[in-house]
Amino acid sequence: MGSTENEKVWAETQASPEFQALKKRFRNYAFPVAALSVAWYFLYVMMTGFARDFMNTKVAGNITVAFIFGLLQFVTTFAIAWAYDNHSTKHLDDASDKIARQVEKELGK
Amino acid sequence: MNASTISSVLFLAFVAVTLFIVWRAGNTNKKSTDFYDGGASFSGFQNGMAIAGDYMSAASFLGIAGTIALFGYDGFLYSIGFLVAWLVALLLIAEPLRNSGRFTMGDVLSFRMRQIPVRTASAVSTLVVSIFYLMAQMVGAGALVSLLLGITDPTAKNYIIAGVGILMILYVTIGGMKGTTYVQILKAFLLMIGAALLTVMVLWRFNFNISELLGQAATNSGKNDAFLQPGMKFGKDIIDATSGLVDPVKTLWSKLDLISLGLALVLGTAGLPHILIRFYTVPTAKAARKSVNWAIGNIGAFYLMTIALGFGAAAFISRVSLTNGWKVDKVTKCLVDKNNIQVVDPTNTTVCADDSLKQFGALSDELKTHAVGADMSGNVAAPQLAEFLGGGHGSTGGAIMLAVIGAIAFATILAVVAGLVLASSSSFAHDLYASVIKKGNASPEKEVRVAKLAAIVIGLVSIVLAIGAQGLNVAFLVAIAFAIAASGNLPAVLYSLFWKRFNTRGAVFAIYGGLGSALLLLIFSQNVSGALDSLIPLTEGGAHFDYFPLRNPGIVSIPLGFFFGWLGTVTSTEQNTAKYAELEVRSMTGAAIGAAAKH
Repeated sequence: MGSTENEKVWAETQASPEFQALKKRFRNYAFPVAALSVAWYFLYVMMTGFARDFMNTKVAGNITVAFIFGLLQFVTTFAIAWAYDNHSTKHLDDASDKIARQVEKELGK
Repeated sequence: MNASTISSVLFLAFVAVTLFIVWRAGNTNKKSTDFYDGGASFSGFQNGMAIAGDYMSAASFLGIAGTIALFGYDGFLYSIGFLVAWLVALLLIAEPLRNSGRFTMGDVLSFRMRQIPVRTASAVSTLVVSIFYLMAQMVGAGALVSLLLGITDPTAKNYIIAGVGILMILYVTIGGMKGTTYVQILKAFLLMIGAALLTVMVLWRFNFNISELLGQAATNSGKNDAFLQPGMKFGKDIIDATSGLVDPVKTLWSKLDLISLGLALVLGTAGLPHILIRFYTVPTAKAARKSVNWAIGNIGAFYLMTIALGFGAAAFISRVSLTNGWKVDKVTKCLVDKNNIQVVDPTNTTVCADDSLKQFGALSDELKTHAVGADMSGNVAAPQLAEFLGGGHGSTGGAIMLAVIGAIAFATILAVVAGLVLASSSSFAHDLYASVIKKGNASPEKEVRVAKLAAIVIGLVSIVLAIGAQGLNVAFLVAIAFAIAASGNLPAVLYSLFWKRFNTRGAVFAIYGGLGSALLLLIFSQNVSGALDSLIPLTEGGAHFDYFPLRNPGIVSIPLGFFFGWLGTVTSTEQNTAKYAELEVRSMTGAAIGAAAKH
């Protein structure tokens, strides 16, 4: 099987509604979540730079808002990692496997 | 037996065990290309541990604990940036990269481009980032030895650096990716156990009441509440020396520097070549995702523990001792006897002169400490804490604890440098030799022989560079690596995976543009000249060229990298739609994984 036929397989798969749906499901999740994670981290960094009075407020004993905010970054990182894995397992893995097997079958013709 | 002896014995045991593992792993390599990806047969958990072992360098373990011990809260900012960065790698990079590449970053970048220019750029960037990072680790190794084993003789220090270099060459050439991975997994376990042990011992003393730990750290540091607040190291309020008021412009620059650092930390990780190639060691995208999640769990837990280590060191160890290791007496005398302050001159011999005294009075606290020859990296904080928790200096328990933590720190450095040598030699052989020099006509066997040879050469070069660079600040070297990775590699990788229009000129512009602007901004900053702690320290009437006001270039160079990538793309008409279809389908689905495209 020549490379033109292979190119056709890739192009047709790319244009297929199944693939487009998969791509959309991935991008609609990963892009905004990545952007929000970085933005959330930036809010934290900006506040340590520019909102010191608020960050230095003591919440309990010697624990300040800055500590709580920092620990929250850990919590959200763990939570997002877990949620994304969950999302992929539920909504992406099967669909992408199915397309992959189909492509491999057609390439092997 | 003293700590040096125990530490040496433990370290030699680690070396013996790892060399045996590496030798066994090398024997089980089936195909020659196993050198690059370890046969792509690791599980998500194994690779997750290896990623953690590859990522948590001595700079993380000793550096972050030390920064917290000396500057309190601000050290925590590093931990958070280094961790959150993994979300970018998880959500955008790990799975598509696994699906569409085989051995190097250049595989993905050059997928739909002209091979020669893109692979060359990719190899150059990989080598530059890895060598800066390597130098940081090896300089750190040299410094650590002198602190832990009490070796101050420069020749002995050079032998240690050379020894570390030779070991990493052995790991990589004998074991390839598989052997290196096992070393990293073992190191990750040891590091986690060591950190957990210290954390529990610290918290035990405070009945697990963190607020009390923080309180004692604040009091013992002598900085009180300021120690628990941001602003001791990063984003400081700069006081004008003559008016005594806050200088608004300089303060703003200082805060922008903090944000710039944050940007490089959070975006640099996903562009580090030695991290990217770790995703190729697992068979599927799903395993790559799982491995990043294991890594996030491990790295996050470790960075949480650095809080206990850093504040614990601040709570129990005196500040003078933290900045001067075990050579306390000399400097205490210097600090106490204000009339006899000694200022270190650029050649590093201490002098006492009247005009330098005047200069000294105008310095900030931090620079004063610098000027008397103290070490503000705090690299000894974790080992000193270990010694204290074991029973203190001179006790058997203290010696054992110090030895254990010292040996773990060595293991940490070794595992990281091996990963770096592997990444750079792989890129040299696979991108430069096979694709650029031999135009794709090299047999895999020949390619891997070249990779091993490259590992030896890169190892030897970095030994020489590290011996010459011993005066350089380790954090500075790491910052260069992160800034270049975020400015050049990240835009190129993201555009490659997700932007249909992207092309050869765009990739080349992004890499060289990002790398070049990061390097130029660093050269024209106070990292290199214009301050007392610059590479070329400021002297009266001496030349300086610190035109760029920030020490961290990321806030400018990262957007520039993205901009150059865009500019190169739109000024070239090239657009390979057919190859992009293949890349997109492969990267999203993992179709035909492993059987990578023939170019």
